[in-house]
Amino acid sequence: MSRQKTERLLSVVVCLLSSQRYLTASQIRDAVPGYPDSFDAFKRMFERDKDELRELGIPLETGTNNPDEETGYRISRQAYELPEIVLEPDEAAVLGLAARVWRRAELAGAAAGGLLKLRAAGIDAEETTQPGIEPRLQTGEAAFGPLWEAVRDARPVSFGYVAAGRTTPQTRNLEPWGVVNRHGRWYVAGFDRDRGEERVFRLSRIEGAVTFTGPPGSVVVPEGTDVHKTVQAWDATSPSIRTAELRIRSGTGVGLRRRATSDEPAGQDGWDLVRAPFSDAGWYADYIASFGADVVVIEPVDLREAVIRRLKGALA
Amino acid sequence: VTAAAGSKGKSGKGGRSGTATDRLQRLLALVPYVVSREVVGLADTAEAFGISEAELVDDLNMLWCVELRSPDPYCPIDLSYEGGEIVVSEAESMDRPLRLGTDEASALLVGLRMLAELPGPQDRSALRRTIAKLEAAAGEAAAASAHVSVHMDGRAPADVQAQVAEGIRQRKRLHLSYYVPGRDEATERDVDPMRLLVVEGRAYLEAWCLRAEAVRLFRLDRVIGLAMLDVPAEVPEEARGVDVDSGQLFRPSPQDMMVELELAQAGHWVAEYYPCEEVADLGEGRTRVVLRTPDTEWVRRLALRLGEDGRVTSPPELARAVEQDAAAALALYA
Repeated sequence: MSRQKTERLLSVVVCLLSSQRYLTASQIRDAVPGYPDSFDAFKRMFERDKDELRELGIPLETGTNNPDEETGYRISRQAYELPEIVLEPDEAAVLGLAARVWRRAELAGAAAGGLLKLRAAGIDAEETTQPGIEPRLQTGEAAFGPLWEAVRDARPVSFGYVAAGRTTPQTRNLEPWGVVNRHGRWYVAGFDRDRGEERVFRLSRIEGAVTFTGPPGSVVVPEGTDVHKTVQAWDATSPSIRTAELRIRSGTGVGLRRRATSDEPAGQDGWDLVRAPFSDAGWYADYIASFGADVVVIEPVDLREAVIRRLKGALA
Repeated sequence: VTAAAGSKGKSGKGGRSGTATDRLQRLLALVPYVVSREVVGLADTAEAFGISEAELVDDLNMLWCVELRSPDPYCPIDLSYEGGEIVVSEAESMDRPLRLGTDEASALLVGLRMLAELPGPQDRSALRRTIAKLEAAAGEAAAASAHVSVHMDGRAPADVQAQVAEGIRQRKRLHLSYYVPGRDEATERDVDPMRLLVVEGRAYLEAWCLRAEAVRLFRLDRVIGLAMLDVPAEVPEEARGVDVDSGQLFRPSPQDMMVELELAQAGHWVAEYYPCEEVADLGEGRTRVVLRTPDTEWVRRLALRLGEDGRVTSPPELARAVEQDAAAALALYA
């Protein structure tokens, strides 16, 4: 890390912030110590400095004070400064907790940087925990970082994707509209250029690098898009709800009984008759099979057969 | 252009000095930090910025030394830190922090919205107010945060979460009826609550379990009933909470049994869902996984549920037990 570079960048920012007028590159060189004497070397260094300042989010504007002048630079205070923000103590407390959510995850540095700026605005918020609660967002999926950048900068991407039921990745081309964390898993939703329609991808199934395939700003998110609804619909099980009639051995099947609408002894033989709602017959059959000889499906027939198939599969 | 997988993006670190630009960000925040508080202590400020006092003094010197040479030479920043107290007397147009960047605004807003999703102890009104104020202050930078949404598993009943939070707040012992799916049992136990954890979309109570005499995590969606007892919670001093940032909430114990399963393509979810010791691709869509477990009953249940999509291959006695379970269940349909 270079001390001279920090000093130079700091001086450029102070110099431009304190000038209301556009300053030409030469004027900046005259004012700021630390630039080389050779004009070419100065130009190269100044170009890099400008890029770095812009990457930090410093609004470096170009323009002229009047039409016949050389192009110059300025930082408008209005564009630079964080607007006035005052938080009550309870608001500062939840802000500190929110910054902690990303701890050690992808946006942890951004959360800490944002919190620092707000504290610099006079807010006493600390990244400390409220006693007794620790909420976390994890971003273990390697694709999160590049996909967030793509969504943020509206850039199309391509990546290798191992779809459910496949073992080898296929290349997918996507205009990403948003990233969604649902029940702890990350998804990206957007327009699939190859399929010509809206699609959802699970980040944990993306293999290898995510590649940007277009410049920033080249993805247009359609008006009214709600990526969470898209992911929810993709994830949702069939909404039609049916009722299963089950015989469950007394004192067992606790998990099944937790969802029961009725549960009563069926005669004296140590079995109970339980009715419970279900929507996804495949999932429910798997679940019932896991109770082994403690549960028998009476109705419906398709559920009964699905359970028998599962059990035969485990036997074979 | 390839974005390296897992790249940290352009998220400024804010705290510790790393690159020249990291330090510049800190310097730009330091002046308004002091100005907005009029006078602050060296030690407190160093702590707030996560740096040593020596580093802070070096930062202050660097700010004080800024000199512009033209049109007339002058020093735009004047400050002092005599007697351990920092005062900025001249800060020329640097008295406000830089605007929030897109990543910064998004990280904070997504975090706040996630908290607002949690039922229970959160101060909802404070969250609403903070989100509104932050959106206003961030301006355009807040827009991108609309492209990230976080939704928690809604199955944990809100009243359970509220009761748990109340128990933690009042430091009271709780009586839990808790469902253990691996043994299909409703268990009864008294616990002394420690923290409410929300990890990977699920809410857990972390508590000292008096029955196990150990720290245990309880998934709130498996709590059948809960009562706050009129007994103060006494979490032993040696009780250590889990490290929520380690990436693994449940650590297998060395005493656990190793179980090997062979999975067909449709059973591959097991490898994603449970922490596996080993995952090997057997070709043609088949996978071999090795799990560690203290309890074989849940493996028997898992194998029945997998049917032909997965098979226990080791230990052999467990494989036989699964076959017997399946045969006994099928006999009921005969």
